[in-house]
Amino acid sequence: MAQIGSFALLLALGLSAYSFGAGLLSLFGRDAASARLGETARRAGIATFIVVALASFILVSAAFADDFSIAYIYHHSNRELPAAYKFAVLWSGQEGSLLFWSLLLAGYGFVLRLRYKTDQRLFAYASVIIAAVQVFFLLILNFAAHPFAIERGVLPPDGTGLNPLLQYPEMVIHPPMLYLGYVGFTIPFAFALGALIMHYPGEKWIHITRRWTMVTWCFLTVGIFLGAHWAYAVLGWGGYWGWDPVENASLMPWLTGTAFLHSVIMQEKRGMLKVWNMVLIFATFLLSMLGTFLTRSGVISSVHAFAQSSIGTWFIVFIALTTAVCVFFLVKNLSYLKSEHKLESLVSRESSFLFNNLLLLVVCFTVLWGTFFPILSEWVQGHKVTVGPPFFNRVAVPVALLLMLLTAVGPLLAWRKTSLESLKRNFLYPAIGSVAVGLMMILFGVRPWEDPSYFYAVMAAVLSALVIFTVISEFVRGGRVIAGKSGQNIFAAMLLLCRRNTRRYGGYIVHFGVALVIIGLLGQPFNKEVEKEMAFGDKINIGPYTLVCQSYTQDDNPNYANEWAIINVYRGGKLITTMYPERRFYKASGQPQTIPRIYPSFRQDLFLVSDVYLVYEGKNDTTGRPIIKAHLNPLVPWIWIGLIIMVFGTVVALVPNYVPVVVTVSAPVRETAHAGAGD
Amino acid sequence: MQGRGTDMKVPNPFRTYARCHPERSQTVREANGLGESRDPYSRPSTRSLRRYLQAAALTAAVFLFMGAGGNTDARFKDLGHRMMCTCGCGQVLLECNHIGCKSSDKMRDQLMAAIDKGDNDDLILQGFVQEYGPTVIAAPTATGFNRVAWIMPFVVLALGIAFAVHIVRSWKNRPTPALADGITIPRGPELDELRAQARKETEQ
Repeated sequence: MAQIGSFALLLALGLSAYSFGAGLLSLFGRDAASARLGETARRAGIATFIVVALASFILVSAAFADDFSIAYIYHHSNRELPAAYKFAVLWSGQEGSLLFWSLLLAGYGFVLRLRYKTDQRLFAYASVIIAAVQVFFLLILNFAAHPFAIERGVLPPDGTGLNPLLQYPEMVIHPPMLYLGYVGFTIPFAFALGALIMHYPGEKWIHITRRWTMVTWCFLTVGIFLGAHWAYAVLGWGGYWGWDPVENASLMPWLTGTAFLHSVIMQEKRGMLKVWNMVLIFATFLLSMLGTFLTRSGVISSVHAFAQSSIGTWFIVFIALTTAVCVFFLVKNLSYLKSEHKLESLVSRESSFLFNNLLLLVVCFTVLWGTFFPILSEWVQGHKVTVGPPFFNRVAVPVALLLMLLTAVGPLLAWRKTSLESLKRNFLYPAIGSVAVGLMMILFGVRPWEDPSYFYAVMAAVLSALVIFTVISEFVRGGRVIAGKSGQNIFAAMLLLCRRNTRRYGGYIVHFGVALVIIGLLGQPFNKEVEKEMAFGDKINIGPYTLVCQSYTQDDNPNYANEWAIINVYRGGKLITTMYPERRFYKASGQPQTIPRIYPSFRQDLFLVSDVYLVYEGKNDTTGRPIIKAHLNPLVPWIWIGLIIMVFGTVVALVPNYVPVVVTVSAPVRETAHAGAGD
Repeated sequence: MQGRGTDMKVPNPFRTYARCHPERSQTVREANGLGESRDPYSRPSTRSLRRYLQAAALTAAVFLFMGAGGNTDARFKDLGHRMMCTCGCGQVLLECNHIGCKSSDKMRDQLMAAIDKGDNDDLILQGFVQEYGPTVIAAPTATGFNRVAWIMPFVVLALGIAFAVHIVRSWKNRPTPALADGITIPRGPELDELRAQARKETEQ
């Protein structure tokens, strides 16, 4: 099995190298021979996907077959591992996850090469660039991190098992989502670089890659949030974001990718920011690579230590080489990227996009700076310093709040120029509403002057409300116009409005989701926690809840032994639910793991929902009683609801616009009317 | 929403003083420049400026000293979130939940003991740095080269804003391409009117 896998990887390397080399050669000529050579390169690219898929299939099969002669399977699986996690073995370690990267890239390339007829020349350029990236990954897989390496010595009877932290349902989908995001940015990158090299006229490359970019962005967003939810639901510290270097690594391309998604609109609508868009998509791709480098190089200490190795050098060389190529072509072809229009006013949609980009990049820089500062400090001062959550919260949060303000104001600004009158008219009610939200918070006892975190919480609430109210007002305003003309009810009119310009209104729905996420985050300063050793009938009071220990017990199954407490949750003397915080001991790896239990109080609190979050911390060796840590985390469920709405908004934005069918009939017409749709 | 915010009420120092010493409150108001007293030698603009400055200083003082004498629990929570656990988990001290983590349990006990002893925050943090090294502090200190960590993002923000403003200005000042004979571009109110009409029509 291992031999077939190894051969498949070598074959894939050969095919992708051919796809790159032959594809590159074919780009220099425009005769029939070059076209034929290009066609063989395209087919080699398609074949690469089939062969890499075969290699991946073999690795997963080896996990299912408990083939511990393969070192990777021995180190990441065991006989009793549930089937779903045997799939997850593919991306649970260094070599497997690189193979998975390669598979996804080959998959994206496969789809792209099948759709080559859209624009053969541009697709040929993009295909060559993708093949180059593919060659890089297959080189690592074949020569530095081989997934089919044979375990030396006596064949072990069982594997050492999958890391317990990864034995959680979300872990089966979190890495694929994140990787789909990381890898996906290769496609717009390849098109952008291709368009730059070949002086591609117009903005067609942006139209071609628009959906690729949005889908990729959506995958990365889901991947990041699933990671946050996994940290929340598995790590048991009651938080969801710890500003760990690897978390930061996923956030950076997301920030530049978000900036790119916004600024390409300016290039499409106004022919502006052409250089900037190139820089943004190059930066996004390079930051994706940097993220992969950070996860694997071990250059920065991280909780994601399970994937560390010495392949960092490969990535440094690749990143340096790619940067050099990008900078070279950018400088060489700068004249091709001249803006077509000029900015007319500072109060316009154009400038709001510009400042939105600026703030996103400042947050990105802050994250990058904070992540690498320990290394810089070691160079300069001779010792490392920690750059943890207090730094990021203090520096990035104020900038993020400014960004929220722009998110609220931006959609109200018109292209080219906005009159103060129209700004006032559109902004008045959302502004009053959001200020009212701030005042209500103060009225309910949140004193922003008592603590900076309260101040940020109030500001975040005000700005989130502002975003929500502006989005609603945009829908209502547009809906009213349609309702007035068509006689439909306002909701049907809003739906029609959305269908007529899915990109714009889908974007607003995404903004709405972001505001909900921010609302979920702002509950953090009000978190509460209590830790207590609990005997039968013992109580913990936390917020309005009383937790009563009913019992504690233990069990055993082939994969792990476990013990858990049975806790009844009361509110106002009424039993609400029973929770079972648990601790497991995984036999193969010999590692313990807590399984927190979470109860969101939607039924009791509706909008001001809180999570009751219980962690079984362990047993007191002397008394044999469980130690329970209870957290009360206000508003956290809104984060996950916000994510769902963001995904929904992206899906809406991906749907083609509804265009009414126009039936032409012969009739004597003196004048023609010209209609267009705005954005 | 519940939390510390609901049970802590911070008194307004001026209002409390006035309520307790009504006979002296006028003096305080005058001393703060908030009352009716007049300085015959200062000009009105200087007076009002001084008044604003004094009000600002008073407000700043209220913000600065609010909660300065926090209780032990609050200090424990604050300091515990300014330090990292040294077990290698990469988590903030009070958020390390590793089962049987010896580092965090020991460090928490040390922190509580230092607070009980009456040491101030700086002394406690210094003690931890001496024992566990500089990486125990969760964020760079505002001293020496570490200041660069804090300053740099804001420098980049300022430079970015300056650059964006420069770009916007240069775009605005870019010459408009010459028009063919006979074509005129509407300007001023006429242009605004046309824009409003276009917006109205394309909003559908």
